Amino acid sequence: MSEKLVDIQNEKLSFFTPAGEVKALNDVSLYIRPGEVLGIVGESGSGKSVTAYSLMGLTAHPGRLTGGDIYFNGHHINKMTEKEMRRIRGNEVSIIFQDPMTSLNPVYTIGNQIREGILLHTKRSEKQANERACELLRLVGINEPEKRMKQYPHELSGGMRQRVMIAIALACEPKLLIADEPTTALDVTIQAQILELMMSLKEKLDMSIIIITHDLGVVAGMCDRIAVMYAGKVVECGTTDEIFYQPSHEYTKGLLRSIPNLYEKDHKKLVPIQGLPVDLLDLPEGCPFATRCPNCMKVCMKHMPEYTDLSDNHYSACWLLDKEKFMKKQRGALT
Amino acid sequence: MEDKKLVEVQHLKEYFPVKGERPFERKYVKAVDDISFYIRKGETFGLVGESGCGKTTAGRTILRLYEPTSGKIFYDGKDITHVNMLPYRRKMQIVFQDPYASLDPRMTVGDIIGEAIDIHHLAANSKERRDRIVELLSLVGLNTEHANRYPHEFSGGQRQRVGIARALAVDPEFIVCDEPVSALDVSIQAQVVNMFEELQERLGLTYLFIAHNLSVVKHISSRIGVMYLGKMMELADSYELTFHSVHPYTRSLISAIPIADPKTARAAQRIVLKGDVPSPVDPPSGCRFRTRCPYADERCAAEEPEWREVSPGHFAACHHLDRVKDEKPAIG
Ligand SMILES: Nc1ncnc2c1ncn2[C@@H]1O[C@H](COP(=O)(O)OP(=O)(O)OP(=O)(O)O)[C@@H](O)[C@H]1O
Ligand SMILES: Nc1ncnc2c1ncn2[C@@H]1O[C@H](COP(=O)(O)OP(=O)(O)OP(=O)(O)O)[C@@H](O)[C@H]1O
Ligand code: SF4
Ligand SMILES: [Mg+2]
Ligand SMILES: [Mg+2]
Repeated sequence: MSEKLVDIQNEKLSFFTPAGEVKALNDVSLYIRPGEVLGIVGESGSGKSVTAYSLMGLTAHPGRLTGGDIYFNGHHINKMTEKEMRRIRGNEVSIIFQDPMTSLNPVYTIGNQIREGILLHTKRSEKQANERACELLRLVGINEPEKRMKQYPHELSGGMRQRVMIAIALACEPKLLIADEPTTALDVTIQAQILELMMSLKEKLDMSIIIITHDLGVVAGMCDRIAVMYAGKVVECGTTDEIFYQPSHEYTKGLLRSIPNLYEKDHKKLVPIQGLPVDLLDLPEGCPFATRCPNCMKVCMKHMPEYTDLSDNHYSACWLLDKEKFMKKQRGALT
Repeated sequence: MEDKKLVEVQHLKEYFPVKGERPFERKYVKAVDDISFYIRKGETFGLVGESGCGKTTAGRTILRLYEPTSGKIFYDGKDITHVNMLPYRRKMQIVFQDPYASLDPRMTVGDIIGEAIDIHHLAANSKERRDRIVELLSLVGLNTEHANRYPHEFSGGQRQRVGIARALAVDPEFIVCDEPVSALDVSIQAQVVNMFEELQERLGLTYLFIAHNLSVVKHISSRIGVMYLGKMMELADSYELTFHSVHPYTRSLISAIPIADPKTARAAQRIVLKGDVPSPVDPPSGCRFRTRCPYADERCAAEEPEWREVSPGHFAACHHLDRVKDEKPAIG
C-alpha cells in the first residue's frame, strides 16, 4: 500500500487573464495511495477543482501549468500529449461534478449516455454494452434499469441523476474516481444515500477516491486523509484524525472553530476567521493566510513557510511549527 | 426573552395552482398545508426541512407576500390575515439567501440602504439620512466608505451584511431570514451568524430563521420546527429536538447530517432513508412521510396522524411515537 497512485509535486498553475495573472495554484504537493479516500477541503476559490482537473489534463483556457510535476500511476501527466491523456481519462480516472444536470446531456436518454461511455472505452458489442449499462445502473442502486434507460435526465430527481453520473464514471472501471462536490446540490437525506453508495463501491471495485467538498462533516465520515487548501496551496495534509484532533495550521484550526457542532450540549459562540479571502491577482509575498492569522508574525508577511513534517502522513506549512527555520528567517526578516 | 407571542400562525395553508395533465384540469401544489406555530418576542424560531418542503413559502406567507389560501396569521396579538399590510411592512422584514441576486447592481450600497429610509420617510433631512446610513453600516460591521461602492465590489459575506443593513434600516421588530448564510463559505458563515446573534441582543429582534442546515439552525434558534412536504412533523425547543426527537423523520434527518468529528462519525448509527421526496402535487395519503418511513404500516396510509403535544412545548405528528420512543436516537 505504500506506492502512490497519484503524486503531485510542487504544482503551480496560473490563469493568464486580461486583468493579470491569477495564481490559482501556488505549490500544491499531494499524493494518494491505491484504495485510499482523500478529501480536499478549503474555501471557495482555494483551487480544489483546478487541482483535480489538472490531474486529468483538463485545464481550462487561459490556464497553464507553470511549474511542478504530476504523476498518475507511473505516467508523467504534464509531459503527455492530449491523445495519450485522453486514454488515461477514459480508462483510469473518472470525474463526477457537483451539478449532474449540467454534465448530463438533456437531449439524450440515460441509456444512450451510459452506453456511449462503455462503447468508447471497452471492447463490447451494442448488446453487451446494453447489458453492462443495466448492470451499472443496478450497481448504483437504480431499480428497473431497463425502464430508466429510456428516460431523459429531466425526468429523474437530483439524487437519481447523481447516481447515473456515478454509473457513467464507473463504466471504464477507473482506478481513481474524482468527486467534485458530488452532493452539494442535494438534500442531506439524499446526500447520505450517495455517500454511502460511493463508499460501498470503493470497497467492491477497489478504487481510490478524491472527494472535494467544503463540508468538514463529509470528510470526517469518509476519508482516510485530508488535504486543506488555502489560496492555491495545500497548507496542511494529514490523516483524518490528525487534521481534526491535532490540527497544526492556523487556517485549519480556524476552520474547525468556525463550524457549529450539532452535538454540542450548550451554546458556545462560534469563532469566525476574521477578514476576507485573499486576492489571487495580488498574492502577498509571505504566507497567504498572514493577513487573517491571529498569530501572524513579521516573518509570515515576508516569507512563504516551508512544509514541516509532523508525522509520516502529516505535514503543514506554518512558521510556528519549525522553531529553527523560523529563528533563522526571523533574524533575516528583522535585518 | 419575553413570554409574549409576537407572531402566530394557525392552520396556515398556501396552495399554488398548477396545470394538470388533462386540459382544464386544476391541481394544486400544497406548498404549506395546515401548519400552526408561534414565535415569542425576542426569540429565534428555526424552520428546517429538505428542499421544496415549504419553508420559504411559509416565511413569505407570514409576511403576506403571498396571500394565504386559508388559516390565520397574527402579529402582536392582532389578526393580520386580511388587513392592509402597509403599517406592518416596517415592522416585518426579510433577508434573502442569495446576496448576489437580491441587491440592485446599479445602486450604491448607500442608496440601497437609503431607499428603505426614503420609502418610509424615516429621515427628516439629508444629514439625518446620511447619519442613519453610516450608523447602519457600522451596525453590520461595514465602514463609512463602503457606502459609495457597488454590490459587485463586495464579497458574498459583505453583500449579506448589506442585505441585513437594508432590512434594519426601517427599525423592524421581526425578520424572516431565508437561508441567509447558505451561500457563504463556512469561515464567513460564522461571521454572519455571530452578527445575527449580536444584533438580536442589541436590538431585541425576533427572527424566523429558515435553513436546511440543521447544525446552523440549532446553533442560532431557541425552538425549531421540522417540515416535510408542506406539513410540520415535529416542533420542540432546539435542545430537545436535537437530543430527544420523537418523530421518525426528524431522527433520520439528524442521522443523515455529516458529523464534523471523525470518532463520533464512525460510531454513529445511520438511518439511511430510501427513495426520494414525493411530489407535493399528489402527496401520499395519510402521513406524508410514510413512503420513506421505516415504521410505516396500513394505518399510516389510511389516516393522517394528529398534531399533538407529547410533552410540554414538544409537538409531533406520528401514529407510532411509542414504537419510535423505544429505540435509541442517533445521538444522545
Ligand atoms: N477559467 C478560468 N479563468 C480564470 N480564473 C480561473 C479559471 N478557472 C478557475 N480560476 C480561478 O482559479 C482559482 C481556483 O478555482 P477553483 O475552481 O479551483 O476553486 P475551488 O476551490 O474549486 O472553489 P469552489 O469551492 O468555489 O468550487 C479561483 O480563484 C478561480 O477564480
Ligand atoms: N410561486 C410558486 N408557484 C408555484 N409553486 C411554487 C411557488 N413557490 C413555491 N412553489 C412550490 O411549493 C413547494 C415549496 O416550495 P418552497 O420554496 O417553499 O420550499 P423550500 O422549503 O423553501 O425549499 P428550498 O429549501 O429549496 O428553498 C415546492 O414544491 C415549490 O416548487
Ligand atoms: S405516522 Fe406512520 S408513516 Fe408517518 S412518521 Fe409515523 S410511523 Fe412513519
Ligand atoms: Mg470547485
Ligand atoms: Mg427556500
